[in-house]
Amino acid sequence: MSWVTKTLNSTLGRKLVMALTGLFLILFLTGHVSGNLLLFKGDGGRAFNEYAKFMTTNPAILILSYLTYISILGHVVYSILLTSYNKKARPINYAVNRPETNSSWSSRNMGILGTIILVFLVVHLQGFWAKMHWGDIPYVTYDGQEYKDLYSVVVFAFRQEWLVALYVIAMGFLAFHLSHGFASAFQTLGLNHRKYSPAIEMIGKIYAIGVPIIFASMPVYLYFTSLK
Amino acid sequence: MDLTLKIWRQKNRADKGGFKEYKIGGISADMSFLEMLDVLNEDLSEKGEDPVHFDHDCREGICGMCSLHINGKPHGPQQTTTCQLHMRSFKDGDTISIEPWRASAFPILKDLVVDRSAFDRIIQAGGYVSVNTGGVPDANEIPIPKVMADEAFDAATCIGCGACVAACKNASAMLFTSAKISQLAMLPQGQVERKDRAEKMVAQMDAEGFGACTNTGACSAECPKGISLTNIARMNREYFSAVVSSNNV
Ligand code: HEM
Ligand code: SF4
Ligand code: FES
Repeated sequence: MSWVTKTLNSTLGRKLVMALTGLFLILFLTGHVSGNLLLFKGDGGRAFNEYAKFMTTNPAILILSYLTYISILGHVVYSILLTSYNKKARPINYAVNRPETNSSWSSRNMGILGTIILVFLVVHLQGFWAKMHWGDIPYVTYDGQEYKDLYSVVVFAFRQEWLVALYVIAMGFLAFHLSHGFASAFQTLGLNHRKYSPAIEMIGKIYAIGVPIIFASMPVYLYFTSLK
Repeated sequence: MDLTLKIWRQKNRADKGGFKEYKIGGISADMSFLEMLDVLNEDLSEKGEDPVHFDHDCREGICGMCSLHINGKPHGPQQTTTCQLHMRSFKDGDTISIEPWRASAFPILKDLVVDRSAFDRIIQAGGYVSVNTGGVPDANEIPIPKVMADEAFDAATCIGCGACVAACKNASAMLFTSAKISQLAMLPQGQVERKDRAEKMVAQMDAEGFGACTNTGACSAECPKGISLTNIARMNREYFSAVVSSNNV
């Protein structure tokens, strides 16, 4: 085994992959949530559709999108490797155990939280991302240029109560995943310092609550505006 | 006080084991937890039964030999060693469950006694400094800033009890290993083997079958010496920088 594969197979190497991919996904979420704020613009979806076209055609964005796919794949594959490895380290559990006295619920359930996020991701990608790339999608024309009308697909989708509920609930789970994951990734990378760690933890909590709330508010907003 | 004890009994490594219930009376609140078990064992011996096997040595909180998962926590309800846990932490009529440390890297030898030699092998892999033997060096011959000395000393207070492994949902030995890497990485004497040490001790830790770290913080919360998670971050830094810069291909 070369030193690279040896490192990537070590417990610390696997955690390194989790942390780097996780942090990249956090960066992705930041961009994703910012761009999607255009849904609130109330311009019939023009800005959003222009943005969607840019995101699917710009070559620089293409590189970022491949990095995102790799990150999701790497994060999921390594989470399975790590979780099964960790289970093997404690094959027999305690009959009486009080982990709630020494650690947070989220930190002990990252695998469950991640699995729920993954299920959500499949539904989410199939509903919008796959449609945008390969699906049947209506076209609109702004200033003589054709655009895929992803906005109307989104608006139409969020007329369904169950889908809105699913998104809101999924964002709740994302919040718990991030409430541990954000700061944890820095600790994994060894970025722990008495000056900066308290700030990282604080930003992590704000991010973990703020970003999922903004995400969840989108389907809720579109649902209620569709009622009018 | 009168107590009910639910104790894990297991004849040997191969035995399946199970809980056995014991009633015990006349326990004073001033007794240590181990003294309470001594009383139980005297009762059992008088009745001709096999006494409950458990580890202990100094009974002063300094050797790290005592263990026990008591009422769902390593070393019981206080953040201390089991030998320093006193019966005043319990009430008359309590039921107390007592289990061995659970980790595949800590196989059960008998009852509550587990084999923690995996820790020794991690130390043997790199937890040392090479020095020439000879006369005793003069004190303060090597200048070390006080803050560094203090931080290295904090890491060095780890007594190798294994409560961190016992508390971790992944049975990870990162807190122990990181403390042992840190105590030398911060001192001038530890520089010669610095990279080798990080690589070898982590490799040994993995080879023993300890889990990875999820940064839950359970280890540090249950550590009788309060070893800090900053040591794990330091170990990660030491390890990552060692693997990219050492000569081990
Ligand atoms: C947008 C989605 C996601 C983001 C932003 C994210 C972010 C993170 C971050 C930052 C960490 C901390 C890494 C560390 O401790 O070093 C983490 C840990 C983890 N993630 Fe995710 N994650 C996402 C989705 C998922 C999915 C889909 C799964 C699994 C199916 C998953 C499973 C896990 C697991 C199991 C851990 C803990 C690993 C361990 O034991 O240390 N995550 N995640
Ligand atoms: S780090 Fe703490 S809990 Fe772990 S072996 Fe050392 S003293 Fe015990
Ligand atoms: S017996 Fe030595 S620390 Fe408890």
